[in-house]
Amino acid sequence: MSPGASPMIEIQGVTKRFGSFTAVNHVSLSVRAGEFITLLGPSGCGKTTLLRLLAGFETPDEGTVLLDGQDVSHLPPYRRSVNQVFQSYALFPHLTVRENVGFGLRMQKVAPNDAAGRIREALGMVSLGELADRLPHQLSGGQRQRVALARAIVCRPKVLLLDEPLSALDAKLRHAMQIELKHLQRRLGLTFVFVTHDQEEALTMSDRIAIMNGGRIEQLGDASEIYHRPRTPFAADFIGQANLLSVTVVHRNGTTVRVRLGEGLELTVASAELPVGADQALLSIRPEKIHISKHRVDAENVFEARIEEEIFKGATDQLLLVTDHGTKFHALVANESAIAEAFHEGDRVYCGLHLDDLVIVQPE
Amino acid sequence: MSAPALPSALPAGDRRRPGWRAWALLAPMVAWLLMFVVVPTAILFVYSFCERDEIGGVLFSFTLDNYRRAFSSTYLMIFVRSIGYAGLTTLICVVVGYPVAYYIARASEEKRNRLLLLVMVPFWTSFLIRTYAWITILKQEGMLNGFVQALPLGLGPFDLLYTPTAVVIGLVYAYLPFMILPIYGSAEKLDNSLIEAAHDLGAGPLRAFSAVIVPLTMPGIAAGTLLVFVPAIGMFAITDLMGGAKVPMIGNVIQNQFLQARDWPFGAALGVVFMLMFAVTYAILQRRGARLAE
Repeated sequence: MSPGASPMIEIQGVTKRFGSFTAVNHVSLSVRAGEFITLLGPSGCGKTTLLRLLAGFETPDEGTVLLDGQDVSHLPPYRRSVNQVFQSYALFPHLTVRENVGFGLRMQKVAPNDAAGRIREALGMVSLGELADRLPHQLSGGQRQRVALARAIVCRPKVLLLDEPLSALDAKLRHAMQIELKHLQRRLGLTFVFVTHDQEEALTMSDRIAIMNGGRIEQLGDASEIYHRPRTPFAADFIGQANLLSVTVVHRNGTTVRVRLGEGLELTVASAELPVGADQALLSIRPEKIHISKHRVDAENVFEARIEEEIFKGATDQLLLVTDHGTKFHALVANESAIAEAFHEGDRVYCGLHLDDLVIVQPE
Repeated sequence: MSAPALPSALPAGDRRRPGWRAWALLAPMVAWLLMFVVVPTAILFVYSFCERDEIGGVLFSFTLDNYRRAFSSTYLMIFVRSIGYAGLTTLICVVVGYPVAYYIARASEEKRNRLLLLVMVPFWTSFLIRTYAWITILKQEGMLNGFVQALPLGLGPFDLLYTPTAVVIGLVYAYLPFMILPIYGSAEKLDNSLIEAAHDLGAGPLRAFSAVIVPLTMPGIAAGTLLVFVPAIGMFAITDLMGGAKVPMIGNVIQNQFLQARDWPFGAALGVVFMLMFAVTYAILQRRGARLAE
């Protein structure tokens, strides 16, 4: 397995239908060895089905799934060097932690001495060594999650599949586990395919994110690309928050394009954003990208607005702005210090928007 | 046998001792059990130490002769034979019933209810009538032999009725639903992701079955075994009708002592031995189950 060689996972035009419902619709995806890729999307978007196609619990109706160069499309799960961490953990209730972790090794007929060492090592990695003789029902949710993880990595799979493994944990533990999982993945150099509907989780952990919707991959890219340059309205809206505004092209001017919002406000957008010939588009603006000040700001786009609503969120202030034309924007400003410029409902403010922060998304 | 230990999730309120209202609700059942189970068992126990008089009455005295006779080789043989037949019946019920129960449990809900109904259909007809139906099937000039002889193989007729084979067929037929239903109960609760996890970890269908599915449906198998094995040992109607009284089982012997031989004290002693045998076996199984659950 040399770096830069053929991809670890190669999904080619895979379609999976259940009756008349198409769960995965002609999806292609290629994953490098050692990559942490996240399938992100709402429930029913096909992310879990795609994971199950990789695990072997489902077989594709069309297309092929290659694992480390080998066509595994129709190989049963027990013949694939892939292991999964289940959403429900799926620990065997009649087996101890040690027996659960050792299950895969027992199935592969690993010699008991080797197995004992590998089980100890895996339990050590998730710091559960002292609980080896407990039964699953004697463990907390977080501990069970770690057992499920140890059980999957002890087999040294080529790819580790994780189906919303953190969704049952409380917020604090979930954040700690996100970091821990990421570290574990780096340390083992394993390829991770992670399924979640939680955009923050996806941004925190992934090398690349595939946003899925309606059985298709809407956008594939690294976290920053996905966040800053969403390509579809769905992607813009699903990750973080976005002001989505339909605009009409007023005139093109070399590197920039003048567009008008419904209510009449005009903004300047980089022309690279806009396909040639398009006269309608959808504009996405992240709330934190709007610079707000009581004094005139320096930016390509400046307009005045009134603060209609202010919600204190601790680290940030969430503002609802209304321009003189009546256009509404959501904005987010950092509460840098208690004495810094404070905004109140009813205040008139200047809003600044840089060219880079105005993103045109493709209407569907 | 005890179910796999679960964390006690009952709120404290559900664990309190029953109040007078609960006793009032339980009273009819308690009275029933007292009158028709506890008192008769006590009478049986007392009788087992009495003697039979010449005309078959019960003579109140104290003797251990009945028990001495019950443990003689003749009757021990009958005990052993009964256990053997009941054991074979149970085994066949597990082997035949498990796949059926598992299939029903994994079927879609609509199909599941329809199949469960089919399992219970035999209960709509009297047990005796169904047993007689088997007699017409198995007898020398019956349906089965008629069918075999109609084949151009030159086989049969076979002597089926009034043989041990007929007894086991009858017992399996009568008790199979009692094996299917509890196994269905535990298979239905089986989380599908556990089976997927087993496959995911490299277990083929057979290994997944033996290492995960069977252990997790063990409570159902155990309950079914108890429900089939215990009544099968004591069964006398089927052994009488289909075994032709040629292979007496302990149930037949006890029945005979009370009806034909009119030796109630000896019948009572056999009954007590029979009961104790169960109590002891059950206690051992319970204790082992409790230890496993720890």
